[in-house]
Amino acid sequence: MPQAVPLSWYLALSAVLFTLGVAGFLFRRNIVTMFMSIELMLNAVNLTFVVISYRLRQVDGQIFTFFVMVVAAAEAAVGLAIILTVFKNRATLQVDDLSTMKD
Amino acid sequence: MDPILFLIFAAIAVLCGINVVLQTHPISSALSLVGVMASLAVLYLLLGAQFLAAAQVIVYAGAIMVLFIFVIMLLNTGRERRTRGSFLGRLLGPPLLVILLGSVTFVILRTAPRDAGVRFGTYTGGTVESFGRALFTTYLWPFEIASILVLIAIVGAVALAYKEID
Repeated sequence: MPQAVPLSWYLALSAVLFTLGVAGFLFRRNIVTMFMSIELMLNAVNLTFVVISYRLRQVDGQIFTFFVMVVAAAEAAVGLAIILTVFKNRATLQVDDLSTMKD
Repeated sequence: MDPILFLIFAAIAVLCGINVVLQTHPISSALSLVGVMASLAVLYLLLGAQFLAAAQVIVYAGAIMVLFIFVIMLLNTGRERRTRGSFLGRLLGPPLLVILLGSVTFVILRTAPRDAGVRFGTYTGGTVESFGRALFTTYLWPFEIASILVLIAIVGAVALAYKEID
């Protein structure tokens, strides 16, 4: 009989990935990389949904994950279009140079 | 066998995730992110979510990351310039992250059900059949609204990319 993996291992993995995403979002200074960190956080949450779906033996959690994927695709399309426009106007992707709203 | 597979792919996911944060070139970060998504697809398979594993590879690792890499190559900005944040940020950032990770893990370890663990093959509710049945009956309205959302996103992306701002 194969050994079972505790549910908490999966959830801990998703916590680690989420924290890595937060770290990337806070410490990186490139707008594209910050965007990728957001995708990492979304993936961590997706893993939690699938694990809970497994635990409850219901497919609903997986459908939430599916919708997160759809929204992430839409978000990536719009976000990268915004990044393109920013680069056309400012010729930079460093967030430190994009502080017009702060000043 | 299950714990070994889980540990291998969890290790790959965490290492690639660390690489996403540490690399200075956006292309390296993007390729590491593809590694994270691919290993997460294997974990979805272990959890019985077959359709999602395929969708993860096709939609995330395929479509979305290709879009990212396309934009990175189009803009060709090269390495990221490291700037030193504020003193307070550098002092407080890492401890706060450790506190975040610690508190989340604490709550998980306290509240996660301990009964049966994850065993490959005991739950097969993520097949295309059951997934599609739920998606097109219970979740039909959200599905249709999501399609409109994606349509709006396409139009918005095209409009933004064409826009001339002086």
